[in-house]
Amino acid sequence: MTLHLAVALDGAGWHPAAWRAKGARPDRLFTAAYWAELVIEAERGLLDFVTFEDSLGLQSSRFEGPDDRLDQVRGRLDAVLLAASLAPLTSHIGLVPTTSTTHSEPFHIAIGIASLDHVSRGRAGWRPRVSPRPDEAAHFGRREFPPLDLSDPIVTRHVRDLFGEAADAVEVVRRLWDSWDDDAEIRDVATGRFVDRDRLHYVDFQGEWFDVKGPSITPRPPQGQPLVTSLAHDTLPYEFAAQGSDVVYVTPRDRAEAEAITGRVRAAEDAVGRSEPPLHVFADLVVFLGDDAADRKARLDELDGGALASDALVFTGTPERLADLLLDWRAAGLSGYRLRPGTLPHDLTAITRGLVPALQARGAFRGAYETTVLRERLGLPRPAGRYQKAS
Amino acid sequence: MTKQIHLAAHFPGVNNTTVWSDPRSGSQIDFESFRHLAQTAERGKFDFFFLAEGLRLREMKGRIHDLDVVGRPESLTVLSALSAVTTRLGLAATVNSTFNEPYEVARRLASLDHLSGGRAAWNVVTSYDAFTGENFRRGGFLAEEDRYTRAAEFLQTVRELWDSWAPDAVAADAATGAFVRPGGITPFRHQGRHFDISGAFNVPRGPQGHPVIIQAGDSDEGREFAASAADVIFSRHSKLEEGRAFYRDVKRRLAAYGRRDEDLKILPAVTYVLGDTEAEAAERAAEIRRAQVSPQTAIAFVEGVWGRDLSGHDPDGPLPDLEPELEEGVSKGRAQFRGDRGAVAAKWRALAEEKNLSIRELVIEVAAPQTFIGTPVSVAAEIDRFVQTDAADGFIFVPHLTPGGLDDLVDKVVPILQEKGVFRADYTGPTLRDHLGLAPRPGPSGLAPHPKETS
Repeated sequence: MTLHLAVALDGAGWHPAAWRAKGARPDRLFTAAYWAELVIEAERGLLDFVTFEDSLGLQSSRFEGPDDRLDQVRGRLDAVLLAASLAPLTSHIGLVPTTSTTHSEPFHIAIGIASLDHVSRGRAGWRPRVSPRPDEAAHFGRREFPPLDLSDPIVTRHVRDLFGEAADAVEVVRRLWDSWDDDAEIRDVATGRFVDRDRLHYVDFQGEWFDVKGPSITPRPPQGQPLVTSLAHDTLPYEFAAQGSDVVYVTPRDRAEAEAITGRVRAAEDAVGRSEPPLHVFADLVVFLGDDAADRKARLDELDGGALASDALVFTGTPERLADLLLDWRAAGLSGYRLRPGTLPHDLTAITRGLVPALQARGAFRGAYETTVLRERLGLPRPAGRYQKAS
Repeated sequence: MTKQIHLAAHFPGVNNTTVWSDPRSGSQIDFESFRHLAQTAERGKFDFFFLAEGLRLREMKGRIHDLDVVGRPESLTVLSALSAVTTRLGLAATVNSTFNEPYEVARRLASLDHLSGGRAAWNVVTSYDAFTGENFRRGGFLAEEDRYTRAAEFLQTVRELWDSWAPDAVAADAATGAFVRPGGITPFRHQGRHFDISGAFNVPRGPQGHPVIIQAGDSDEGREFAASAADVIFSRHSKLEEGRAFYRDVKRRLAAYGRRDEDLKILPAVTYVLGDTEAEAAERAAEIRRAQVSPQTAIAFVEGVWGRDLSGHDPDGPLPDLEPELEEGVSKGRAQFRGDRGAVAAKWRALAEEKNLSIRELVIEVAAPQTFIGTPVSVAAEIDRFVQTDAADGFIFVPHLTPGGLDDLVDKVVPILQEKGVFRADYTGPTLRDHLGLAPRPGPSGLAPHPKETS
């Protein structure tokens, strides 16, 4: 079985000083050409998919809210639109943008990801995320959020509510994707009908945070259900993933922790009564690759005024050693990894031209793409629409 | 002075102008259809490519209207994909100002402007109906009379967000360690009737500064909004005399806002049919109109105006001997059947009686005839005459076929306009503002002083 490998793209890379690294292209971060080169390289390396980070506020070195730092990358392009601009330039790699379920309308998300699936012919995914920061809420002016003091029970409740709302958003989005049967368009000249309206369905979602009537304005996406992925660090987000995701990204620090986390993910699946195929569990790793990886990272730490802080393990070493680690941890029940390159394009190229051949040599990674459809690559069947009557 | 003509392409929409029953009619959703039409427009050196939007499927008599094209992708997503397969063509998205928030719309349009190298445009539309609102968090929260006050404040707020990054905010200077120039990002605060928001915007200013703003409203309020804030008007006035009247009326409003005539381009939506002879074109136009009005569509039109179920009536027979039901109506989600339906019904009845028309013949007669019908030479001459006599600054062409509906316009009419010297032989600049001859948007420092800028 091939390992699944995704790459998370963000700015100049995952080190906050990555834009100052040798070979970085910080003046081009907001151009289409910059992203095209990266994603074409990722596709050359036969990777499963790339993800694109996004948020509805400036990046920050603080979890709780914005900082005043001007020495790190600030500003991002809308991830769905960025992914869409890359679709015509690639043919196999999956494109997985992040969106906020806290402030964005579920209806807009559903038609955006469905449209990404149409323009990419079945390569779209989605990473829903919550936006707990009060400064982001102030950008919308519709709700007031408490300061993010994690020891405050009000914040615990706030975060739980946001995940509840996110779960409803995923449910609505998935219903909207199914709201057109695959064969809804009939073009029947005899009766003058373009669609059979019995094959279009109101989703009639009613929940605590919003009601959505439907149907979607966009016909069912080529994959039926684009790939839903989410990042999780604790029981609440594990259960959120178990309810509505196909892939969950987790952040173990070692193999034993990887085993413990996959156990907790399986328990979460049981807790929510998951009926879909089991979650693909991907471990996230920040990677600096090459003989000089540790030195490169140390130099960037120095420029940034402190060691890189990350929720995920930070790996420094050769692609061969990373291959060892990935195959070792895999036995803990992981089906793949989402690698976060420390610097771009350097560590991405080291993945595609160093890590991938190393894994291939051990028979652990594909030698060619077998399918252009993202779900198929993950071994997921194309689901029948939930409203479609058996014919 | 000879005016230069502006041309835009409209992707065939979800109404009966689009003929889906023609064997040449392709997919309305496949990206190849969008690519074909956009690349055709770019081959013809058009100013921009336009996508419409509707956030709820239209209904008739409480059920989804099934006689026209149904379904389309999200416009900004498709335009972002098209930015990768075109190089100069402007990319215009219709985005609703009622069921969106300024922060998100500002960042999505700025993102498209970056991805396309300065080719983004936003057609600002308003809606207020609870029907569309059923797909969104807030439902039908906006009163009809507030839709333009919200749209105007929405646009103003979006401009404030775009202006909150200085044009040179991104220094990316590895030597000094400044990614953002000090003072490059100014915090925003907008407090108004519709929006009370503050914080920091998170997309750098796009290549155009502000994407091009398009407005389509036709009411007095809509015209005033356009005169105050839009760069382009998408107009419905495609006949020569009414086009001139509209043109005069809108352009005269500009001075009050300190704007010049050339700052606002008026582009009526138009259709066309070509033939080798005038007679052949006329015959083809009649055929297309029959295809646009199927027997079922004819009944649906009359139902829309009469506001009642007429499904038992023969489309080849006379109009029903019934008075229109003017209260509730049967159509939802389309502008076409709002307004004074009683007057329309009376007019239709008079016309049908005068010419002895069946229901279908009547609808074919009253459903908008094609704007330009003729040989390539005569159509080119008409287009030029409309523009030179101030009935328009150019046109948004709405083809009736997907995706080949503009092929012959680009192949046969555009070269004649180019030869006359009234339409560009090639693009002269990279941005949509360049194509439209619009002044670049001044940087934020040119609009308002920012104390932090000098720090």
